[in-house]
Amino acid sequence: MTAKIVLENLKHKPMRSLLSILLVGVPVTLILCLVGLSHGMLEDTQRRTRAIGADIIVRPPGSNLLSTGGAMPAAIAGALEKRPHVKMAVGVLNALVQGVDLYAAGIDLARFNRISGGFKLQSGASFQQPDDVMIDEYYASEKKARVGSYLNFLNRQWRVCGIYRGGMLSHIVFPLRVLQDVTEHANQVSQVYVKLDDPANTDAVIHSLKSDPGWGVYKLYSMDDFMALFSTNNIPGLREFVWVIVSIGVVIGFAVTCLSMYMAVLQRTREIGILKSLGASNAFVLRIVLAEAFIMGVGGTALGVVMSFGAWWLIRTLLPASIPMVIVPIWWLYALGITLVGTLLGALYPGLAAARHDPIEALAYE
Amino acid sequence: MNNGHIIQIRDLRKVYRLGKVDVPALRGVDLSVPPGEFLAIVGPSGSGKSTLFHIIGGLTPPTSGTVRVAGQELPGMTGAGRTNLRKRTVAFVFQKFNLLPNLTARDNIAVARYLAGMDSKPGPEFEEILRLLGIASRLDHKPSALSGGEQQRVAIARALVRNPAILLADEPTGNLDTENSKAVLEILRDLNERLGQTILMITHNPEAAAYGHRTVHMRDGRIVEGM
Ligand SMILES: Nc1ncnc2c1ncn2[C@@H]1O[C@H](COP(=O)(O)OP(=O)(O)OP(=O)(O)O)[C@@H](O)[C@H]1O
Ligand SMILES: [Mg+2]
Repeated sequence: MTAKIVLENLKHKPMRSLLSILLVGVPVTLILCLVGLSHGMLEDTQRRTRAIGADIIVRPPGSNLLSTGGAMPAAIAGALEKRPHVKMAVGVLNALVQGVDLYAAGIDLARFNRISGGFKLQSGASFQQPDDVMIDEYYASEKKARVGSYLNFLNRQWRVCGIYRGGMLSHIVFPLRVLQDVTEHANQVSQVYVKLDDPANTDAVIHSLKSDPGWGVYKLYSMDDFMALFSTNNIPGLREFVWVIVSIGVVIGFAVTCLSMYMAVLQRTREIGILKSLGASNAFVLRIVLAEAFIMGVGGTALGVVMSFGAWWLIRTLLPASIPMVIVPIWWLYALGITLVGTLLGALYPGLAAARHDPIEALAYE
Repeated sequence: MNNGHIIQIRDLRKVYRLGKVDVPALRGVDLSVPPGEFLAIVGPSGSGKSTLFHIIGGLTPPTSGTVRVAGQELPGMTGAGRTNLRKRTVAFVFQKFNLLPNLTARDNIAVARYLAGMDSKPGPEFEEILRLLGIASRLDHKPSALSGGEQQRVAIARALVRNPAILLADEPTGNLDTENSKAVLEILRDLNERLGQTILMITHNPEAAAYGHRTVHMRDGRIVEGM
């Protein structure tokens, strides 16, 4: 019976109910997109890095996860190859080419292909001219580029010479020398990927490098340790940013529900008076207001989830390379919790106001 | 005091506070009602008739005096106690029908039973009441689709579905035309005669008051004659 009263109330003003649900759903979509994007970017980078097939990654002293620009001598690769158990060491230079997170990689293609098993070209060929660039299928579809198209990076025109299967290293690759010249990082690399004779030696090699004073200053990671760094907790500011968005979600849920339910309660003073004259307790009146807000919260979350799929589809269709968004279902639950906190808190004041309403005044009101 | 009475009121006073001003609505009401009585209450506007009902029905507490309703002492009763009184002991029928507009007639009746904590299926005697009211075919309509007379009959059904000890009808025919008024008054008399339902009815109309066994007159917050 409570359910019926609540549902009939929601149905009675469908526009108000739907608008409230929509407004409650918007921050849910925001939260899910933010989380989906951060997870997507991390997973994407992880996958592309793992595909390289290295056992150890060496990075410049003082570097952190996000600083992927140059700054260690390219000669390090050669020096590493002289160490025991090291089969190959390949230096890669990164350069930010677009936005805040789209990096191109400069590689010695022949050597890189040997460590990784190689880029799988889908069309075109590898570098032939100094202004050649290779891109992966995602970036190609995002830019609608084909072999022979020209793209603008780093204030220059580049000819797409080949398009390779995605999921390897980076969306965009240049010859190492060319990128070093263009970015004025002559003879420098951002990291060195090391392949061992046997992955079982990884820990031993890292240990021996760390205890060598010359190498100790560099950041040395096994591939597994490096992958573990790719967690949302390690992106500076992301956790705080998520909290800000979550708080905004709670506040919006709170405000929308408070307004919507307060309006509803004002419109329904007479009905509330009638219910009380029939023996409804204050708690019952509070409960039906909270139940209505609860449905708005659940409906808003559901709509928010649906809208996040819409955003996901849109992003995947329009920007497959630059913004890899994923759906993170566990966050549906978190979003539901966040929304319910907001909506139930928001309904509390209108609910208590309704519960305290004097039935005589409500019934006398014309 | 005679304990055979279902309602016993002695020197009942009620003062409303409007801002800083005290508005005395009842200034010493004495009234006793035996069970099974159909009592009419008449009096000029503002004389305190509705206030008397609101106190008997537990919608508002008395300011002072003795009020015993179906064996329960109202002064000192908590809000929860008055809520319980409204659940099962007293039922209201209002001039403006006061059905829940979003629910069908059937659901309006069901809500009353639900709030009283009774199971959803009324007993066979309620079928009899529905027949008496003549609304069996209109139960699946919302109030907006019912005529005033039908709405008031649904309101009576809603009041009676909980088998209340006392039915308080505050100008039940005030919004009805002559024909519907007559029908409602006859229903109330039938309910009283057949089921022994105790009924208190406020009215401005002497013809309506004549349906009761007895009429009391109120003026300025007191009962002035007919005791
Ligand atoms: N909730 C309230 N707050 C303040 N004053 C009230 C309230 N209810 C009633 N009064 C006052 O109490 C007095 C009696 O009112 P009441 O409604 O009981 O009269 P009544 O006899 O039912 O009149 P009517 O025939 O117009 O319905 C009036 O002066 C009224 O203004
Ligand atoms: Mg009145």
